[in-house]
Amino acid sequence: MTKLLQTLFDGVAVGSLYALIALGYTMVYGILQFSNFAHSDIFMTGAWIAYVVSAAAGWAVIGGDTPPLYSGLVALLASMAFCGLLGFGIERLAYRPLRKAPRLNVLITAIGISLFLENIGQRKELFGTQPQKMPQLLPDTTLFTVADVNFRIVDLTVIAVALVLMGVLQWLVFRTRLGRAMRAVSYNIPVASLMGINVDRVISITFVIGSTLAAAAGFLYVMKYPGALKQPADSTWILLGLKCFVAAVIGGIGNVRGAMLGGVLIGLMEMFGAAYLSPHMRDIYVFSLLIIVLLVRPAGLLGKATVEKV
Amino acid sequence: MRSDARPLGYFTALLSTLTLALGPTLLGGCDKMRGGGGGGEPEKGKAPESASGASSAKPADPAGDTILIGEFGSLTGSEATFGQSTHNGIMLAIEEVNAAGGVRNKKIAVKTYDDQGKSQEAGTVVTRLITEDKVVAILGEVASSLSIAGGRVAQQYGVPMISPSSTNPQVTQIGDMIFRVCFIDPYQGFVVAKFARENLKLGNVAVLYDQAQAYSKGLKDDFIKSFKEMGGAVPSEQAYTGGDQDFSAQLTTIKGTNPDAIFLPGYYTDVGNVALQARKLGLTATLLGGDGWDSSKLTEIGGPAIEGAYYSNHYSHEEQRPEVQTFVKKYQAKYNQVPDGLAALGYDSARLLFEAMGKAPSLGGKELAAALAATKDFKGVTGVISIDADRNAKKPAVVLQIKGGKPAYAATIAPN
Repeated sequence: MTKLLQTLFDGVAVGSLYALIALGYTMVYGILQFSNFAHSDIFMTGAWIAYVVSAAAGWAVIGGDTPPLYSGLVALLASMAFCGLLGFGIERLAYRPLRKAPRLNVLITAIGISLFLENIGQRKELFGTQPQKMPQLLPDTTLFTVADVNFRIVDLTVIAVALVLMGVLQWLVFRTRLGRAMRAVSYNIPVASLMGINVDRVISITFVIGSTLAAAAGFLYVMKYPGALKQPADSTWILLGLKCFVAAVIGGIGNVRGAMLGGVLIGLMEMFGAAYLSPHMRDIYVFSLLIIVLLVRPAGLLGKATVEKV
Repeated sequence: MRSDARPLGYFTALLSTLTLALGPTLLGGCDKMRGGGGGGEPEKGKAPESASGASSAKPADPAGDTILIGEFGSLTGSEATFGQSTHNGIMLAIEEVNAAGGVRNKKIAVKTYDDQGKSQEAGTVVTRLITEDKVVAILGEVASSLSIAGGRVAQQYGVPMISPSSTNPQVTQIGDMIFRVCFIDPYQGFVVAKFARENLKLGNVAVLYDQAQAYSKGLKDDFIKSFKEMGGAVPSEQAYTGGDQDFSAQLTTIKGTNPDAIFLPGYYTDVGNVALQARKLGLTATLLGGDGWDSSKLTEIGGPAIEGAYYSNHYSHEEQRPEVQTFVKKYQAKYNQVPDGLAALGYDSARLLFEAMGKAPSLGGKELAAALAATKDFKGVTGVISIDADRNAKKPAVVLQIKGGKPAYAATIAPN
């Protein structure tokens, strides 16, 4: 029973991180119909900015004092702000000039941006080529215990921040003028622009929101696993990006609620597989789930299948 | 947002998923070269230099006034301190030999490439060292999987290669061109098992190993074999994949068996993470490891969680043998840090190579390999090295304990 609850809790915590990243993939796909593979590197940059900020503030000294309580918030906001700008810049410089180009060109550009960010991040002027020790910015204590399951502050913060951000996004997309404009652009760009929507601006905002969420997820991820922060070109980041992309596809890519559902499902799948089957095959469970969903519901769990007119 | 998705969209998406997964494999090979010359730090894109000016060397009989050797190592990535320490040790040896007049009246120059800790890169850079740079011999790698990848290429071209610190038996089994100056894992597994059983008097030791590394898998098997022979029990054997961030499932299972100690035959970055998570889960068992722990980064990452843990290693800088103390002094003067075991082995491997080069009738692959194979009682920093019939070195191992964030000498365990 304890194991079941503990696994459930861990699965939800990891799953909400996946969901935050999956949202970025799904939002861009919903509007532009291409997979922004540079997204996993924005996530990586978010994690590293949190480290750079803590190092600059003197919170990352090995064996130093415990960082102050507000340090987590500062690092979180700094990485969200930086990655928002980064997402805006990438869209403005790399994707906007290709707005009328075939989708494959954009996709290849995305892979190019991804490799560029990974390798430029390895410069010693930026993040360097070695893992660094990430300080524990959030207090790492057990808040309460239910049926022998430890509810740690870190995990609860991860879930809470993810829920708040997803709630804000939900409100933004479905309850505001901007959200209506975003949905309009995702239906039909020419018609949306005829209705007086500034399409470029909406697309920019979409990238900024997606990147901000990814940065938040990057920060929360390194808080959950505060050991070694892997170097920018490490395969860990690509694998994580792929998992979250899978989450978006499982939920139905292009669908905001689908991405949240997919993320949590993937997190639960991974944790239950690791706990009850064998832990060293955790990635296999995730990708098997993808295959099954694609076979049974090719449009994803919440996606609507449409007929392509040829 | 639009909630539809077309089958074609999926196809493209999946195709690109595949492309992305393969991307680094295909593209990573061409950009990350590092050439190291006379300096301590390898610099990007810099051609090798020597004290008497750069010149290319032919493998059989170098016509110029330098002999070029090759080095490949993980200068970046999760095992970066391995490659950097080894490189420092090699550069110190080269500086010394050149100051003493070089080998065969020629100066030694080295060409260094970074393999980023990836096996496909290791194969690529060794091919490049042999076919483009035409080196007479190769020094490298630390991680066994990478030595195996590079060693296959060296064997195929008939260029001698010395691994300073790969301990998996398979490395030298590749062929007669591949040597090493360190002990091998069946022995290291025995050392850790003996230390756990006799010095620490432990009965139950759980194991958590990296299934993606030849080193980790081999050392795990050797440890379990020895430990069981000595009457110990291994209640749980768990695996992870290098780079994993979450070990809670494995550690929870291990905790359920209530072991006296956990043996972690992995590399330092992962071990640091495992230690942190083990302590968080309330596991208080002693941690044991092998020479893959040998990095100052381990205590940085692990902090208090790794305190008190034991690992087997090739040498301790606290040993009082004159070879060790002279080396430690010279190394500290040049790099301003205490040399770890990998630096000492890098230094030994380079010096052993120079000795064999001096004795060989020519610098052709076969002649040089024969001279290396004939090495007897070479006085290295890490002990007296004699190359045996399997091209391995038989040496005693030391056990170190992490005390106050630094490795301290705990015991020496000799081969029986």
